[in-house]
Amino acid sequence: MAQVGYSKKVMEHFMNPRNVGVIKNPDGYGKIGNPVCGDLMEIFIKVKDDIITEIKFKTFGCGSAIATSSMVTELAKGKHVDDAMKITRGDVADELEGLPPHKMHCSNLAADALHEAIKNYKNKKKK
Amino acid sequence: MVLKGNNMEKIYLDYASGVPIDSRVFEFAKPYLIKKFGNPSSLYNDGVEAKNAVEESRVKIAKFINAEDEKTIIFTGSATESNNLAIRGTAFRNISTGKEVLTSAIEHISVINCMKDLQKNGFSFSIIPVDSFGVVDLKKLEDLITKNTIVTSIMYANNEIGTIEPIKEISKIVHEKGNYLHVDAVAAAGRIPIDVQKDGIDLLTLSSNDLYGPKGAGALYVKKGVKIQSVLLGGGQERGLRSGTENVFAIVGMGDAANTAMKEMKNESNRLLKIRDKLISEITKIDQTYLTGHPIKRLPHHASFRFSYIEGESILLNMDMYGIQIATGSACSHKTLEPSHVLLSIGLKHEEAHGSMVITLGKSNNLSQVPIIVKAVKETVNRLRKLSPLVK
Repeated sequence: MAQVGYSKKVMEHFMNPRNVGVIKNPDGYGKIGNPVCGDLMEIFIKVKDDIITEIKFKTFGCGSAIATSSMVTELAKGKHVDDAMKITRGDVADELEGLPPHKMHCSNLAADALHEAIKNYKNKKKK
Repeated sequence: MVLKGNNMEKIYLDYASGVPIDSRVFEFAKPYLIKKFGNPSSLYNDGVEAKNAVEESRVKIAKFINAEDEKTIIFTGSATESNNLAIRGTAFRNISTGKEVLTSAIEHISVINCMKDLQKNGFSFSIIPVDSFGVVDLKKLEDLITKNTIVTSIMYANNEIGTIEPIKEISKIVHEKGNYLHVDAVAAAGRIPIDVQKDGIDLLTLSSNDLYGPKGAGALYVKKGVKIQSVLLGGGQERGLRSGTENVFAIVGMGDAANTAMKEMKNESNRLLKIRDKLISEITKIDQTYLTGHPIKRLPHHASFRFSYIEGESILLNMDMYGIQIATGSACSHKTLEPSHVLLSIGLKHEEAHGSMVITLGKSNNLSQVPIIVKAVKETVNRLRKLSPLVK
């Protein structure tokens, strides 16, 4: 049977999102989406020795946008930045026990916002 | 955050989407599901009995909208089907009169898609804009309508923002220059009185479920003299305009539901109006929260809002955790991911249209629910705004 509605895991992350907030003076910052499209995500990271020690997010969007943001921060926390770069939309959706087909783009946005934050950190490091 | 428990009292606030069948209506129509199962086209006793029941229902529907007689009522399977028959049926039948059709910017998707399909078939199709309250621009209607405009379709009231349209004035303009006025009255019927003769309506769409009748029946009023053809080919039931064996149970239920609505609408609408006004005054106290639709020319059971910085599907899911079921015009609650055409048409920006909440009240609601609803809305908005990067 095709999936109807959200999984329990999605609802649990939607209702109790992890790592909500902002980090002042982050080592990396990523922003993806646009309020016009109905989704906007911001991810902030603190990095020590290339390990993500702290991660926070803020999201404007639907239930799956909030749940995927929460999940991606959980997946990335404590990881080496190179490993965190490898987190895909599929990983986020799988960890949430699946997303309805028309909501898959939300998991894409969450992974993209994380990747943007890591790229931003790496660019800063080069300078 | 408390997650919903099994013993939580649910509050249903989405009567525009789905309505329970009135138990009295169900009892009235029930025999036609099991014992009185005859086909109205059959000439033996059981068939005649079913046919008579359909005809009695037709009389009730005619009275409900003050139609000139019951022969003007065509039963269909749904309001969508009635809209299709009204628009495509008159457009193709009167193709020699002209090839223009007209509708407002805030119609139901079944009306808009019929118009788009006619456009593909060589008709010219124009959209009449609405103002920021969702009221049809009468001046634009006058400009756009011509003697070649076969059918102009304007809803009696909008399901998403509750605004009631000036149908009498619209009718005057349509009949001065053009031909037929079709009115989709699904949202309005049973909430405010409808009189097709006084209002000057040629074709009117009704839905059974919206009157607390069974799903699976709709009706189209076709004024005497309106030239129309069927869109379904078959055995020629319903004066040849809607082939297919009648859904006798749903039709009988629809008639009884209309009859009940006629008797009870005034009191029920007054009761809901008080709840609606209390909800509007309390919810609009929330910072950056606005009523959508007209503040006065508004359906008595309808309260709709938009909240800055948050998204509608999140609002819906969060409210559901309190056991409160509301609707939203947000893109993310639809498979298309497009924001509501109604909210865009009243001039909202895309990011504003995403943050909408629609409450439509009905028989299960009462004033004592208002503080519970308002508290849940406040907590929902606060929580989602805390997550939102748009709040600085």
